[in-house]
Amino acid sequence: MNANSFILRVQGLAKTFRMFHLEATLHAFEDVSFDLSAGEFLLLRGHNGAGKSTLLRTIWRSYLPVAGQVLYQSRHGEIDLANAADVDIALLRREEIGFVTQFLNARPRVAAQDIVAEPLLLAGHERTAALEQARHWLDQFGVRRELWRAYPSTFSGGEQQKVNLARALILPQRLLLLDEPTASLDAGARAALVSRLAELKAQGVAMIGVFHHPGDVAQLIDREINLGTRVVAPAQHEEPQYVAV
Amino acid sequence: MSLETSSALQRAAPRLMADAPVLTMAGMSRAYGAVQALRAVDVSVYPGEVLGIVGESGSGKSTLLRMMNLEDTPDNGDYRLRLPARADRNLFELDRYERRMLRARHIGIVYQNPHLGLLMHHSSSGNVAERLLVAGERSFEVLRSKARVALDASEFPLARMDARPIELSGGMQQRVQLAKAIALEPSLLLLDEPTTGLDVSVQALVLDTLKRLQRERRITMVLVSHDLGVIRTMADRVMVMRHGAVVEQGLADQVFQDPQHPYTQQLVHAKL
Repeated sequence: MNANSFILRVQGLAKTFRMFHLEATLHAFEDVSFDLSAGEFLLLRGHNGAGKSTLLRTIWRSYLPVAGQVLYQSRHGEIDLANAADVDIALLRREEIGFVTQFLNARPRVAAQDIVAEPLLLAGHERTAALEQARHWLDQFGVRRELWRAYPSTFSGGEQQKVNLARALILPQRLLLLDEPTASLDAGARAALVSRLAELKAQGVAMIGVFHHPGDVAQLIDREINLGTRVVAPAQHEEPQYVAV
Repeated sequence: MSLETSSALQRAAPRLMADAPVLTMAGMSRAYGAVQALRAVDVSVYPGEVLGIVGESGSGKSTLLRMMNLEDTPDNGDYRLRLPARADRNLFELDRYERRMLRARHIGIVYQNPHLGLLMHHSSSGNVAERLLVAGERSFEVLRSKARVALDASEFPLARMDARPIELSGGMQQRVQLAKAIALEPSLLLLDEPTTGLDVSVQALVLDTLKRLQRERRITMVLVSHDLGVIRTMADRVMVMRHGAVVEQGLADQVFQDPQHPYTQQLVHAKL
């Protein structure tokens, strides 16, 4: 295996939170290491509080790591996400790395189709074509046609989630971080999500995911790591191990 | 655990970002009498991004914005804007006339207080046209049509374009200021508490207009506010100021979700 065959190489990554008002330090995870290749799907396992979502957010850089490296092979060359400049991270979030959650950041007076089309517009796509694609994905995720031009701030949680998924997956990225995107989705939307993820994976998109019910995406999983024990294992669908950090 | 191993990793210089900053300030210091308003502040703003500056009154954030608008000069400091066809030089070395022209052509500003930005007893369209006049436009037809375009882009109802700001609501006054600020497609748009004092619903509408303008025109913006909600809605990156110094900066989501400095933690927790 050549040294550059990975798209992401995480080495000795650690995250702690200092809470000054409590004069306390919270340890989220430490010494996490793994490699991820293009088109590979890595499942993060671990009990509640093992730091699965925290790890995703640390790679995404909503959280700043305290030790380790996150070497990412960007189109512009290799960069360490653990200490990259903020503007470089912002650029990668626009062009290469996506984060998919169950929560929509709805904005007042922005129609569902415009929220979904926005990543395409930011990437320089033409407006009419971007809106057409947006409507296609809203349809795929089962958002009713009459809602496409409405404002999602008033939608139910389930409908907001579908809008969010359509937005998050409209622009193919090279690396996707999935933070329980299937939670509380109805069966139709879940099937649409899994089929979209499979399609992206086949195109070579690498994925790291946290799922409350990993069975939802069983056919996508290539490997798992357990954050409690930090042992990389081949894909198996057994009960998560409960190991305190 | 030692302090060292629980601190975030030091961030590297930009490597992937190919564009140079639009705005660069270095070593900005300013004292007013015994009050040190700015202490060696460095700022970079990249093309198309929104930098939010947050802090309490007296933190130095508004002083810094006034410096960006060339309304005041520092005791020490270097300020450069990367502008088409202009020599790269410290803008504080410009004479009064050059500063005025540079401001009219390349910098737009929206103040919290519309009286600072508008002639309250002249028509709204006239207020926008005045900016174009200063920049050298003379044709009445062109002035009126450009004013109309800018007001429309700011989502100001065109039926009222000849109303005087004094007759308008607070939200509409801010839209006139915004139209004036963007009429010449500035390289830099400065926003000084642009929605403070507006009703919450009106505030959301004005922020939405700003967001849309930023998305469609990729205007580089610096937004100063004490309101974390406004900063969170608008900013790509955030700088936290206290007592004239920058205590922390980072991506907006990081500053709000994983604040590193005790002062920022206190601010964020107080708000949430």
